[in-house]
Amino acid sequence: MLTLKCPYCGVHADETELHPGSEAHLKRYGPGSSDDEFEGYLFMRENPKGVHFERWRHVYGCGKWFLAARDTNTLEVFGTYSAQTTEPPQEIKEAITAKRPGWSWREFQ
Amino acid sequence: MSTRLSSGGRLVNKDKPVEFQFNGKRLKGYEGDTLASALLANDQMLVGRSFKYHRPRGIVASGAEEPNALVNLGQGGKFEPNQRVTTTELFDGLYATSQNHWPTLEFDIGAINTYLARFLPAGFYYKMFMFPRPFWKHVYEPFIRQSAGLGKAPKDRDADTYEHFYAFYDVVVIGGGIAGLTAALEAGKSGARVLVMEQTAAWGGRAVVDGVEIDGQAAEEWVAASVEALQAMENVEIRTRLMGAGVYDHGYLLAYERLRDHLPEEKGPRHRLWRIRTKQIVTATGAIERPISFAGNDLPGVMLASAVRDYVVNWGVSIGDRTVVVTNNDDAYRTAIVLKEAGLDVPAIIDARQGGAGALMDEARGLGIRVETGKAIAKVKGKGRVTGVAICAQAGQGGVLDEIACDCVAMSGGWSPVVHLWSHCGGKLKWDDAQAMFRPDPAKAPKGASGEAFVITAGIANGHLRSADALVDAFEAGRSAAKAAGGKVKAGKAPVAADADEATLEAIWLMPQGASIKLRMKAWLDFQNDVKVSDVQLAAREGFESVEHAKRYTTLGMATDQGKLSNINGLAILSDALDQPIPQTGTTTFRPPYTPISMGAIAGEARDELFQPIRRTPMYQWHEANGADFEPVGHWRRPYAFVRSGESVHDAVNREVMNTREKLGLLDASTLGKLIVKGPDAGKFLDMMYTNMMSTLPVGKCRYGLMCNENGFLSDDGVVARINEDTWLCHTTTGGADRIHAWMEDWLQCEWWDWKVYVANVTEQYAQVAVVGPNARKVLEKIGGMDVSKEAIPFMQWADGELGGIKARVYRISFSGELSYEIAVPASQGRAFWDMLLEAGEEFGVMPYGTECLHIMRAEKGFIMIGDETDGTVIPQDLNLNWAISKKKEDYLGKRAQERSHMADPNRWKLVGLETLDGSVLPDGAYAVAPGLNSNGQRNTIGRVTSTYHSPTLNKGIAMGLVHNGPDRMGDVIEFRKVDGTTVKARIVDQVFYDKDGEKQNV
Repeated sequence: MLTLKCPYCGVHADETELHPGSEAHLKRYGPGSSDDEFEGYLFMRENPKGVHFERWRHVYGCGKWFLAARDTNTLEVFGTYSAQTTEPPQEIKEAITAKRPGWSWREFQ
Repeated sequence: MSTRLSSGGRLVNKDKPVEFQFNGKRLKGYEGDTLASALLANDQMLVGRSFKYHRPRGIVASGAEEPNALVNLGQGGKFEPNQRVTTTELFDGLYATSQNHWPTLEFDIGAINTYLARFLPAGFYYKMFMFPRPFWKHVYEPFIRQSAGLGKAPKDRDADTYEHFYAFYDVVVIGGGIAGLTAALEAGKSGARVLVMEQTAAWGGRAVVDGVEIDGQAAEEWVAASVEALQAMENVEIRTRLMGAGVYDHGYLLAYERLRDHLPEEKGPRHRLWRIRTKQIVTATGAIERPISFAGNDLPGVMLASAVRDYVVNWGVSIGDRTVVVTNNDDAYRTAIVLKEAGLDVPAIIDARQGGAGALMDEARGLGIRVETGKAIAKVKGKGRVTGVAICAQAGQGGVLDEIACDCVAMSGGWSPVVHLWSHCGGKLKWDDAQAMFRPDPAKAPKGASGEAFVITAGIANGHLRSADALVDAFEAGRSAAKAAGGKVKAGKAPVAADADEATLEAIWLMPQGASIKLRMKAWLDFQNDVKVSDVQLAAREGFESVEHAKRYTTLGMATDQGKLSNINGLAILSDALDQPIPQTGTTTFRPPYTPISMGAIAGEARDELFQPIRRTPMYQWHEANGADFEPVGHWRRPYAFVRSGESVHDAVNREVMNTREKLGLLDASTLGKLIVKGPDAGKFLDMMYTNMMSTLPVGKCRYGLMCNENGFLSDDGVVARINEDTWLCHTTTGGADRIHAWMEDWLQCEWWDWKVYVANVTEQYAQVAVVGPNARKVLEKIGGMDVSKEAIPFMQWADGELGGIKARVYRISFSGELSYEIAVPASQGRAFWDMLLEAGEEFGVMPYGTECLHIMRAEKGFIMIGDETDGTVIPQDLNLNWAISKKKEDYLGKRAQERSHMADPNRWKLVGLETLDGSVLPDGAYAVAPGLNSNGQRNTIGRVTSTYHSPTLNKGIAMGLVHNGPDRMGDVIEFRKVDGTTVKARIVDQVFYDKDGEKQNV
């Protein structure tokens, strides 16, 4: 059972307090998008053994969604950050690079 | 025979005799006994029957690894099957019965299986129960069910209570032997918050039995002093009868405490499940001795050498008068020496090693014990009980050299560190060839959130079998854990243990080395599940080369002991059969819990009322007192119908429908979700959430809205009211309130975070009552207050005001087709308002109605219900709800998805009404069949029933369903398949069965 730090309220929360929300940094495609774009948005997900970015909600806490960068294999957590961003902040990227040099995930590295 | 010795037994208190029952026999033991030691003291060697062959089974071990001695404990509400006698502490009045036999333990018909053994090899089930196929249901399955399972499931309600306990530590030390105590002392000295736990009732582990000397003291004294020192530390918590059950992600640890198993008369919870978060875990879990595979090694009287020693030293119980020790290592010599010193006879030590043992061999010989090196046991003699052993050369094929009469065989195949807790959360193992064991690989420890190891293993559990090495290792482990957890470690030195030099063990997996098939078929690996050397070899020949496959094919290690004795021996045999080294075969996965824990402990306090919170409306107590037949809706309990005396539930529903249609009905609609959506961008936001246009809704008006997910499928519906310029109130379904609130929050927080919108879930702030029926207006006018006339509040509008002195918000909306007011009042006034309506409504024929009446009335009107007409694959267009989908909006959630080719396909099943030709009620969920078969050989289908009821208003069955091209086939008759294989004909009709023009609601 994971523990993650909610970046909003600062609480180090147990997984029973949190709710997972699948992959982070998805770009929404709506009307006017191609079938391929829409399919990618709706269905195509990363499933890495290693660095991954996820959405979590502090559902039995402050109620805020936040994002987490972690290793799906070792369960190491590189950091959590605001959901109100389209890409991982620089310090998160650096934290990952320090532990996993040469990592990449979708368009980020 | 096994018996109590006149002296010895460090754990038993001979001043405190205890009486207990086994299979109806009244027996005596002492305080401090386990059920195992007490049974053995009464010469009760036979304690159970094995799973497959029903072979007689005796006690093999003295601890948690015991595979055989499982009994039913207690009676009635205290009954529990499959309890290990070796871990059951004796108490006065203990009641145990043996299991898996018929008619009696001593004479078991099932034992015939042992003579059929050659026809019941590994994988027998898979081979035998395949053909002919019809046999499965009527012959094989009943047979397997009859013979499956060891104990019987309890029939009565568990009379005990249980609890969960949450705790946080810097360092948790698992294991109360000398390694665990050493690690705990070091961690404790650093100032860290420490918990140290021991699964048994006694501290000290094996060292106290083996008489190790530590820092010049006897182990017993050293242990007592250490426990005292730990008790004196304020930052240290120490507990016995607490077992580390499982290690999980990020330092989560489950531990299982047995509080009252030995004190059944005392009050309080029986078991406690500790849910611990800790920075560091030290596993000082010791090791388990391995049996040796030789013919007849499952006969009662054959026991682990360490267990024989434990029974003598700890409980003063001898297993037999003449014990033959068979071993491949030095440790078993200690058993021979202990027995000899207790005045018992040891006719021989059979050591498979040519060179024999080290210093302990000399000591044994000095005591006059005959030591045979390079020898093996060809077979154990006896039927139901050991009477002797036949000796052969280990290197040979079993040619008998000598026979020795004995009534106990003490075997030792070496020791396996208890690596379970290390492995639960990803710790890896390495093979130690010299000691023939898997041990933790510290380079591949379980890692925590920081990426650093959070489990450290110490002592024997880390592969240091000698006490001297174990203490040095544990000392370092305790310090490392303390340091990693932020403690301050000062200089110090490890306790020094003195133990004898030992010769190296020789890996012996089969005895003798070239044992014939006849011997191998009698050489047991897994005593509980009846897996023999020959079975594992057969599995390998049949291609089950992966250890995980071989395990499942043979059931090796799948019994309740999870292979604590059998796994390493089994995979060594498998490796040998596959001609590959043991590490290449690897181990099966270790999964928590370490030993079975009670279901009660897992449930904890979560039973009855506390199992799941129930949400109650402000009117709940009235419902309860007035015949409500409740149904769960989410966490709510809603009245399905209010049943009067002499009525069936069905009668009540019909009465409620007719009364509401003709007079006046009241529905407690408080559970309906109510979300306030407010802010400068609220209109824009709701236009994205709903398929309709909500931003243009005028203040004071209501609009029915649909919500879809991004797949385009319908997810929720409800009436939206515009409260003021920047505020909307969105009604959701009862079950949807929290989900839709979360859904809105998700989009606001993660996609349109720059939009200025605030959402609040005010569901429980209001009690809501639907006042429905031709007399609805009359009752409100009688109560008095705000103007509720058609002119003041026309259909699909709302108004704020006061009714009978209570602040109210009145919505003119109808889910029944009748004149209807849904009235929201503050929750605290809900009951008063409900009572007021009932009183005032008496003269108008008021009756409350439940959810089934609501469902029938909405179905008569052809209104959809989320969860009936929708199932996560239905789009609004399927339900002919195009009128509720904005054509003007560029975007809404689900719009793009609904443009996909198969969503826009004109051939989708669409909603229609259905009427059976004979007036009967269609079965719910029934499929309409078409000619021909699909590719799976099933009938083709062209539709299905989504809602179906008996309509009391129309006095016939009515239904809605999704039918292929349904709306274009009005008047057609199609056939629905019933469960009994017959069909029923139904005509496709308009989905609105009652008041098609809506005249009744708009008055």
